[in-house]
Amino acid sequence: MTQTTAVHGEKVSLLRVLGPGHVWALGVGIVLVGEYMGWNFAVGKGGALAALIACWVAGLLYTCVAMIDSEVTSTVAAAGGQYAQAKHIVGPLAAFNVGLFLVFAYTMLEAANAITLGYLVQTVGTMAGFEGVHDKPFIVLTIVFLAWLNYRGVYATLTFNLVITAIAFIAIVILFAAVRPWGNEVLKLDGLLNGLPYGWLGVVASIHFGLWYYLGIEGTCQAAEEVRSPPRSLPLGTMTGIITLLIAATMTWYICSGLMPWEYLGQAITPLFDAARLTDSTFLMVLLFVGTMFSTLASANGCINDASRAWFSMGRDHYLPVWFGAVHPKTRTPYRSIVFLVPVAVVFAYFAPLDQVITFSILSGLLGYTYMSFNVIMFRTKWPLGTIKRGYEHPFHPLPAIVLLALCAVTYFAVFLGYGTQLVAMMVFYIIASLWFAFHRYKFVRRGDQFTMAWPRPQGY
Amino acid sequence: MNSFEILEYIAWAISFLLGLWMVVDLIRTNRAYSEEVLLSSREGDIDDALVIDPTHQGGHR
Repeated sequence: MTQTTAVHGEKVSLLRVLGPGHVWALGVGIVLVGEYMGWNFAVGKGGALAALIACWVAGLLYTCVAMIDSEVTSTVAAAGGQYAQAKHIVGPLAAFNVGLFLVFAYTMLEAANAITLGYLVQTVGTMAGFEGVHDKPFIVLTIVFLAWLNYRGVYATLTFNLVITAIAFIAIVILFAAVRPWGNEVLKLDGLLNGLPYGWLGVVASIHFGLWYYLGIEGTCQAAEEVRSPPRSLPLGTMTGIITLLIAATMTWYICSGLMPWEYLGQAITPLFDAARLTDSTFLMVLLFVGTMFSTLASANGCINDASRAWFSMGRDHYLPVWFGAVHPKTRTPYRSIVFLVPVAVVFAYFAPLDQVITFSILSGLLGYTYMSFNVIMFRTKWPLGTIKRGYEHPFHPLPAIVLLALCAVTYFAVFLGYGTQLVAMMVFYIIASLWFAFHRYKFVRRGDQFTMAWPRPQGY
Repeated sequence: MNSFEILEYIAWAISFLLGLWMVVDLIRTNRAYSEEVLLSSREGDIDDALVIDPTHQGGHR
């Protein structure tokens, strides 16, 4: 039966139930899988030392991202994160593009995680002696189960993420302690490090995969409309998240580079699990296998949360069909957006090769970071400190924005070295999408309704 | 059929059931509420008075 009158209060909104721990779980949960797998391809590009340089260069890039995001998001506390920021600070075309970057970065990352989880289950089946085991049922199950969890409510979803992310992080810390990093009995860094086998070009090339250590921490912004206290929770969750990742990334590099020669490490599928196997401890093997599975699940889970919020907010603003801007009156989630993105993720996870899916995700993320550097400069120019209330003010402005932009330029070059065709193809895709928005979709946007922040007129306008 | 194949069929079955549950609930929700209510969320709503919980304050009628 159709309800003809609005529910009490005439509004159904997303539920404000999250705390800083959930924000941390969302950001770190998306990223931590990068410590369990993926980062080590940087070793293959330029050697173990190059991977360490990439770890810290990318760490600097993401520290800038976290600081910039913390300031802007603590002020523009709206679902959609960077999309909502771009809408208020830059303009509609930038916002549309940033929204698409977010949706594709997270949906592709979700697909990549599902492929990985399917592969892990398939490997377990093969190791157990079964023949002809398939990964597809588990790929689809991962996506559908996590979408269902997201559909049911944000609190349970991110509490689940908090638990499994914490276990995955603690597993790395336990492995680090178990290999006795203070001595040379287990770790053989003296013998295994071999300088820079491909020189400084190898270092630049390795930065492409160095992003894996932190890719996705900016996803914390998507929870802006569901946290109880955005000015406090978002900066706290994001900054503790990047600190956690810097620690986890350095520990991971130290453990793996001290246990495996770079020729093997550079192409390993599950380097941390392999490191646990080399310790000959069954407990550590089981723990790191569980950590690998949990980190993959947490990442896919956070990606569904973030992609659906970005899609939802674009629908709500008429940047996409407004149908997607609906909130479920009982579960208080953007249910149509969650369901719509399920087949998209399944199709990519089912048919596309893993490296292409990952590259699409990385490039979309990178475009988003490039935008952030311009965004924060415009934000500080239009609304200088003191003109509006900020939950957090990042230090040394505009240095983080300049560093971020410079590092993005280096990373584009690094990606171009390995995936030049994909880079060009993706740029063409976003240009076509922009043309569609500018010449067709923008006429549906209610221009005045877009600006929801009670800010004064920007300086110079 | 080995036990791993059974596991694969279970995974397909669970995926199907969860997917079906979401689609059915989506259709039922779309029918039970007006679009005005479903699309009433506004960006940056932070006034608790506007945030309702249908399980306690109404819901399906």
